[in-house]
Amino acid sequence: MATRTVTVASAHGLHARPASLFVQAVASSGLAVELSKGDKTLNAASILGVISLGIEHGDTVTLTAEGDNAEAVLDQLAEIITTDQDA
Amino acid sequence: MPTLTGVGIGRGLAIGEVLRMPDPLPEPSDAASQTTPDAEKVRAAGSLAATAADIRLRGGRAGGAAKDVLEAQAFMAEDPTLKDDVDKRIDAGKTAERAVFEAFAAFRDLLVSMGGYMGERATDLNDVSQRVVAHLQGVAAPGVPTPDHPFILVARDLAPADTALLDLSTVLALITSDGGPTSHTAILAREKSIVAVVGAVGALELSDGQTVIVDATTGAVTVDPSDAERAAAETTLADRAAAKDVPVGPGALADGTPVPLLANLGTVDKLDEAVEKGAEGVGLFRTEFLFLDSEKAPTVADQQAKYSALFAAFPGKKVVVRALDAGADKPLSFLNDEPEENPALGLRGLRALRANEPILRDQLTAIASAAAENEADAWVMAPMVSTVEETRYFTRLAKELGVKTAGVMIEVPAAALLADRILADTDFASIGTNDLTQYTLAADRLLGSVASFQDPWHPAVLRLVGEVGKAGAAAGKPVGICGEAAADPLLAVVLVGLGATSLSMSPAALADVRAELARFTLKQAKQFAELALSANSAVEARLAVIDAATPNKTTPTESEK
Repeated sequence: MATRTVTVASAHGLHARPASLFVQAVASSGLAVELSKGDKTLNAASILGVISLGIEHGDTVTLTAEGDNAEAVLDQLAEIITTDQDA
Repeated sequence: MPTLTGVGIGRGLAIGEVLRMPDPLPEPSDAASQTTPDAEKVRAAGSLAATAADIRLRGGRAGGAAKDVLEAQAFMAEDPTLKDDVDKRIDAGKTAERAVFEAFAAFRDLLVSMGGYMGERATDLNDVSQRVVAHLQGVAAPGVPTPDHPFILVARDLAPADTALLDLSTVLALITSDGGPTSHTAILAREKSIVAVVGAVGALELSDGQTVIVDATTGAVTVDPSDAERAAAETTLADRAAAKDVPVGPGALADGTPVPLLANLGTVDKLDEAVEKGAEGVGLFRTEFLFLDSEKAPTVADQQAKYSALFAAFPGKKVVVRALDAGADKPLSFLNDEPEENPALGLRGLRALRANEPILRDQLTAIASAAAENEADAWVMAPMVSTVEETRYFTRLAKELGVKTAGVMIEVPAAALLADRILADTDFASIGTNDLTQYTLAADRLLGSVASFQDPWHPAVLRLVGEVGKAGAAAGKPVGICGEAAADPLLAVVLVGLGATSLSMSPAALADVRAELARFTLKQAKQFAELALSANSAVEARLAVIDAATPNKTTPTESEK
């Protein structure tokens, strides 16, 4: 099982456009990815779930995935979260 | 059916067939499903996928910011967590329609309870929910219809999301039963030059396929026109199309008083359009585009090349460049990165530039150097100036760096009230009516809930414009208008009556304003200004001037039934 713990860089957190980009990347990876913030964990392919976590700039979140290529997929997803998509 | 009357926006004319905006769908009934849960799940999955595909298609067509919003909506329709919830509700005996409706409602309530940005997404969710339910029921999706042929859209009013996506190649005209001349729909119609009549009582009784003539000049909607009426409208349309090919002359009132008509531009790409529409120069060149995509300010040489291309297109003509206007609706991280409670009242405009003087110096240097290599009459102005002291600061700095003509924008009531002293220390003033209205009425122009206050016809705003006009006349210095107000043809006449010496607007509005100015003398313009100033509200001011400007006043009759 691969995991990454990263800090959100987008100025407005993980909503709107950054959330769309993130969910799109999860969906196209074909893996089941989980996103956790605090004690809440959910399916990272769910845009409504991601938005409803209310993830703000500077929050720490954890990504978890299993399967072939999980390390590479999480690297790519971590990159999206740690890039300021609102810049 | 009688002729319907509303408020016309602009001067357009259109003939076409009506298409009604579908009514919102009723809530799906909570009756138990008549089929198996598996069958309902297949239906739900099919409609969710079809809706996502449809939304994505519309996003691709719309492009730009709308595309991002619609892409997010498509993911909502495909959301796996939502799908699980729908299936759970179907297992409990609900129909696919009801399960979809309830699952979206549950998420919507969750987001609304979180407030702020998340709460605002509730509208998006409702829209997706309605589209999926419509697909399940096999009825037209709510929202603007998208047939393959041109049509005249009839609606109660339009939501901002609907108006932003209007396909101008198929929507010939808009008729709304609700909403006034300052509604979101009206403002958008004016901006995009859509033929529109708003607030037309009885419009909702029109049916799909009925032919109507929409005349924005008179605000009249002729239903089922006779052959003669149709022919007359077609002749007018042909005449106007022909008139557009005739070279356009300079702006002037009926008595010959010149009123130069200039273009508002935000990029050099629109130059050709402005020249073609007869712009006599540029009254507002926004420079934000040079900076928006960058993390730091572009170099003097980069900027100089862009300004030079602009000046080269207008040899011998006036081109007014506005110094970088960041803040509030257009933040730039390298100018002001501090979050503010109240950005419209914060470190923006000249205030932000002054706090980052090297950026301002570079920009002024680049403009002055570009002006020196070209024949255009280059002017520079500072955004959001509030005090005499700021005026002196900017004018002195601009001159020091080689700018020949430097002025200030009047957007803050304080600056309008002291316009005589401000104009004593600078070369010209240009009134930004959008911000001036926002600050005068204390209503955030980006906030929909107070949009009704954002009306430049308000006598308080006009009185401030009049103060600046008087100060300009006394000092013998030019007073331009470069806000949305200058694009409203009749208001443009009033602004000239208040002392504006030039008007600047989006190139699309030039033809209508030019035609309207030519109808009235300076004496009439001043008389209209007096009427507007003595009104109690924006609505009264507009009505009083429309009344005075309409020859052979005829009251629309209700008795033609």
